[in-house]
Amino acid sequence: MTGQQLVNGNFERFLRRKRLMGRIFHVILLISTLVGLVMLAVLIVDIAIEGGAWLTPTLFTNYHSRRPEQAGMKSGIAGSLIVLSLTALFSFPLGVGAAVYLEEYAPKNRLTEFININISNLGGVPSVVYGMLGLTVFSRGFGLFKPNSWLVQALNLPVDPRNGYIFSVLGLEMRLPFGNSLLTGGLAMTLLILPTVIMASREAIRAVPNSIREAAFGLGATPWQVVSRQVLPAALPGILTGMILALSRAMGEAAPLIILGAFTYVPFLPRTIWDQFTVMPIQIYNWITLPQPEYRVHLSAAGILVLLVVLLGMNALAVYLRNRFEKRW
Amino acid sequence: MAGLSRLLPASRAVSSPDDQKGIFSRGLSWRLRRIREQIIKASLFLCGLVSVLTTIGIIVSLFGEAIGFFLRPEVDLYHFLTGTMWRPLGRPVSPDNFGILPLVNGTVMVAALSGMIALPIGLLTAIFLSEYAPEGMRRVLKPVLEILAGVPSVVYGYFAISFITPQLRTLADWVNSVAGTAIRVDFFNALSASIVMGVMILPLVSSISEDAMRSVPQALREGAYALGATKLEVALRVVVPAALSGILAGFILAFSRAVGETMIVAIAAGSTPRVTLNPLSSIQTMTGFIVQVSFGDTPMGSINSQSIYAVGATLFIMTFIMNVISNYIMRRFREVYE
Repeated sequence: MTGQQLVNGNFERFLRRKRLMGRIFHVILLISTLVGLVMLAVLIVDIAIEGGAWLTPTLFTNYHSRRPEQAGMKSGIAGSLIVLSLTALFSFPLGVGAAVYLEEYAPKNRLTEFININISNLGGVPSVVYGMLGLTVFSRGFGLFKPNSWLVQALNLPVDPRNGYIFSVLGLEMRLPFGNSLLTGGLAMTLLILPTVIMASREAIRAVPNSIREAAFGLGATPWQVVSRQVLPAALPGILTGMILALSRAMGEAAPLIILGAFTYVPFLPRTIWDQFTVMPIQIYNWITLPQPEYRVHLSAAGILVLLVVLLGMNALAVYLRNRFEKRW
Repeated sequence: MAGLSRLLPASRAVSSPDDQKGIFSRGLSWRLRRIREQIIKASLFLCGLVSVLTTIGIIVSLFGEAIGFFLRPEVDLYHFLTGTMWRPLGRPVSPDNFGILPLVNGTVMVAALSGMIALPIGLLTAIFLSEYAPEGMRRVLKPVLEILAGVPSVVYGYFAISFITPQLRTLADWVNSVAGTAIRVDFFNALSASIVMGVMILPLVSSISEDAMRSVPQALREGAYALGATKLEVALRVVVPAALSGILAGFILAFSRAVGETMIVAIAAGSTPRVTLNPLSSIQTMTGFIVQVSFGDTPMGSINSQSIYAVGATLFIMTFIMNVISNYIMRRFREVYE
């Protein structure tokens, strides 16, 4: 639109067209935003319709069965809970420790910069890669404990071809390598969510104002006293929120655990962390791949409903923690 | 780094009232405390180092096994990178059966199609949330959209195969009957997986783009309004260009996420590695192949179980490059506005 045209009395029309364009664009924006919401609604409704009727107590009390109406995912639920507990147990101290180091202690040098870049890059590594890492390192121990490996020969270790080197520390059974056990699953999941946990913890720690640290130092506290008695308690709600969100991501992961060698059919409840396991998402995936529609369409949907309810509960807890305990400085 | 290091010169321990009780006790407790502080600092440093060890572990385990794969006489790197046939179970075992291009083709096709869905919709959603939506609406919409990112990928896979695929087939039948065409939609197909994956990465695109747009200084918008720009012009000609680097970083990150996504493609995209541009046919992606091999029982050390490491290493390199580019753009962009 040039000045000449405006002078020629077209201004009103020009303005009207612009307003119309603005309105059309507004509608396009609204529709685009709705796409995501509609998809979410359709997804939930579809799953509820297909799986609702199959959501029976059997699902919680039975193992997988050849008869769909008697099949459940008891071992998957147990496996998910145990793997998740192990993941929480390992990733909380490691993640918070790393975050405290990077926020409160780390000098500004190349090593720190490298660790920072490294963590953000790890956050983008596909989950299957963590599965392969866990398979090689934790599950197989680089093959170092096979009867014919140089390590076993050199140390003359009494290894079992199937379970590797079994020994006991303080009366607790230990195995090397870890095999396709709950422990391996928990460790791989820990590495998977660690970048997320570290980033969330750092943000929570950074949100604690410096005046609190200064006051504590002024009273003669040592750096660790400042961190453990002032900074961490203040940052804890934020850290826990991030932690729960990361765990809920781990809860839904199937791929890395499939690669680690988690089983699809586990007709027992695990007794120790050395037992084989399955988790809910793997059980669901297994049902989806079976040919009969009872498994493929209905039972899997019922399993998904259970998984989604658990995830929803975890997310609600995270939101609650954030709203209830988070301080505004 | 904010925090203690800025407040305190190096690791100088601070004396506390306990230390004032006399020369001997002060020296001992001071020293003990100092040692304790050093031990704590060292163990926190070790926690930070775990991430570096993880990276080393990934590189050693992936590339170590991948090298073992390429050292086998039946395969070679040249055929692996240029071959157009992926038949790990084909007999006789020959380099011709281990060309990764079909898997790369499948991966890139699914990621590109899901990008075509997620990028425009995500960007428009971000513009709406950042520039148009009232604050209250934004506060409701944003977390609801982020639920989409929290839904497990197994669930999306189920949705693709039990809902999207049947709809696509019905649509194809309808088009065929109306237009007399012969469109065939395989039960497992790339399009269905792509649509669902587009929905999954949508919040990633919209979140990062919205953050980028919100950090555009208000003065730029006000300047444009003062020159007589409409809201549409401010959004499209001022805010989006100013936030472009952040938006681009988000796009790349979303694409990388789509490349690495596993369960959706393992469930809905099929297991037929082929070089094709037809999204309605069954294909296989790199991640899909890895899961297929792991889900069945493959003996350790067999060529099939080793091939997943070669595929995994390729996948890792692809996503790594994209993440580095995205991080680089993000970093540069932050320097401009903070």
